[in-house]
Amino acid sequence: MYDLEFIVGHLHYWLFIVLMMTGFYIVVSRGNLVKKIVGLNIFQTSVFMFYISMGKVDGGTAPIFPVDMKIDPATVYSNPVPHVLILTAIVVGVATTALGLALIVRIREDFGTIEEEEILKIKRKITAEENRDHGAGMGGSA
Amino acid sequence: MASDATHAAMSLHDHLPLLQVVVPMLAAPVCGIIGSRRLSWPLAFAASLTASIISVFLLLDTLDGSIISYHIGGWAPPLGIEYRIDAANAFVLFLVSIISSVVLLYARTYVGEVISASKHVLFYACYLLCLSGLLGVAATGDAFNTFVFLEISSLSTYVLIALGAERDKRALTSAFDYLVMGTIGATFFVIGIGFLYMATGTLNMVDISERIADMPDNRTVRAAFAFIVVGMGLKVAIYPLHLWLPGAYTHAPSVVTAFLAATSTKVAVYVLLRFMFSVFQPGFVFETYTLEFIILPFAILAMFAASIVAAFQTNLKRLLAYSSIAQIGYMLLGISMISKTGLTATVIHLFNHGITKGTLFMAVGAYVLQTGNSFFDRLEGLGKSMPWTSAAFVVGGLSLIGVPGTAGFISKWVLVQAALEKGWWVVALLIVASSLLAVIYVWKAVEVLYMRELPEGSTHVEAPLSLLVPMWMLAIASIYFGIDTSLTLSAAQTAAENLFLGL
Repeated sequence: MYDLEFIVGHLHYWLFIVLMMTGFYIVVSRGNLVKKIVGLNIFQTSVFMFYISMGKVDGGTAPIFPVDMKIDPATVYSNPVPHVLILTAIVVGVATTALGLALIVRIREDFGTIEEEEILKIKRKITAEENRDHGAGMGGSA
Repeated sequence: MASDATHAAMSLHDHLPLLQVVVPMLAAPVCGIIGSRRLSWPLAFAASLTASIISVFLLLDTLDGSIISYHIGGWAPPLGIEYRIDAANAFVLFLVSIISSVVLLYARTYVGEVISASKHVLFYACYLLCLSGLLGVAATGDAFNTFVFLEISSLSTYVLIALGAERDKRALTSAFDYLVMGTIGATFFVIGIGFLYMATGTLNMVDISERIADMPDNRTVRAAFAFIVVGMGLKVAIYPLHLWLPGAYTHAPSVVTAFLAATSTKVAVYVLLRFMFSVFQPGFVFETYTLEFIILPFAILAMFAASIVAAFQTNLKRLLAYSSIAQIGYMLLGISMISKTGLTATVIHLFNHGITKGTLFMAVGAYVLQTGNSFFDRLEGLGKSMPWTSAAFVVGGLSLIGVPGTAGFISKWVLVQAALEKGWWVVALLIVASSLLAVIYVWKAVEVLYMRELPEGSTHVEAPLSLLVPMWMLAIASIYFGIDTSLTLSAAQTAAENLFLGL
């Protein structure tokens, strides 16, 4: 089962998985917020690839009927549904990226940095101040 | 219906499933285009109220167990998109739209005080988009449509949370964290749907469930199940996937927190139910293993770990956020029992916890408005200067614990019953034990509010009536549904029966 034919025959799945994991790894490992969004984008794009490759039929052509609607029954068409779905998903991806970048701009304005480490430091400082002001005598941490 | 070749005339009543979603969705851009600060609230409220009235009609139509199938644009399923309303959807639609209307009543004053005037119009536009997204997720019978509505509601949620930045800049990073985790969750969900489409060639939920019934050992279908559960798990905040929730709930404006806590995780739980029981049938062997050995331990962990963390908080709002994670544990516990009673417990807890948490976060919002924040040292003695707000908080707190006579008692009662039915008496004991933890953290707040003296020179006064009225509407609802359970219990039972049959 794990022969060359299997590996080559599922090439588009391997590419999808490599791309997906690359994106996911960037989201998890990078501290720079812009890089995180780029990683998220790659992660989403891999799913677009997955859907589009899924709709391909061997020897199939673009699913467009001729103008005179005389359809040759021997013609094989690719499945257009996954492509249409992915148009919607691309719009969602663009909206997510735009919103993420807008949030980064606001974070830069308020925190003065877009590095996760430094943001965490600032947040820890705020928490420590809150603990000093409000936590005393409550026996807990904010 | 419309799919008939003759195109039989349809009355307005036939279009209710679609109007439920479309009314708030159209009101959102109208709100933004008009751009008038004075008109945006009335418009939002009118749209939300219309949605509530529609949801009542839909609930009455489906309480007897019947199913409404609406074909969008007259295209018959499985090719066309179908909106499929049964008792489970209708109950969730009812919860979401009613809570939304009550929260909007509250929002008028709260948003006016807390959010700067230039953002009011966009706030209401975003709120309506979030509402229509949540309603769409609940109404649709099409798997990919679920994803689209999920993202509509999620994207507007990120914006609403980030609005808290005017008081605390950490709202921005909380919103960003939620955006990253929410997008990963949603993308996992689409991958799962992609696998289902590969295996079955259809997106209609009923159609999918019919076709995968013949392929129990298909590895693609199993992978789809795993991706969908993990993806939705991020949105539900199942215990180890909950990290976005405390920050988002704590730093969002209280009015947003009240809305989200009462609706968005509940809708996500509904999607889990729908996929676990309607799409993948309860007999799906892989699911049985997953639920008993993965979901059950995490549900119990959530009930204890999150409750213990809650008991150590010094900020009331963060305490309630952690308590939400614990309460989600109860809902998952009901699911993991794979029995009719267990599902009834999940559905009824989904509703009862929604109104309870709504009350509590509204009370916290009133404290934040009057005292500046929600740390315990600011709340000392407020039981005397803000008696009505504090009384509503106590009612909500009692319902959270599950004291008899409140809504929370009913759901825990059904849950314990379901556990005993299965012979899981250890689990039943654990449910009671974790309720005791709830007593600890609720008492902590009550002690600060009532047992401590007001600080010298305190000038805090009772919240305005416009905040108290919606708060008490939900507080009275959480008492009412604890005494008269005919509506909630029968709706939950019908919903559970339909789900359990795999309809």
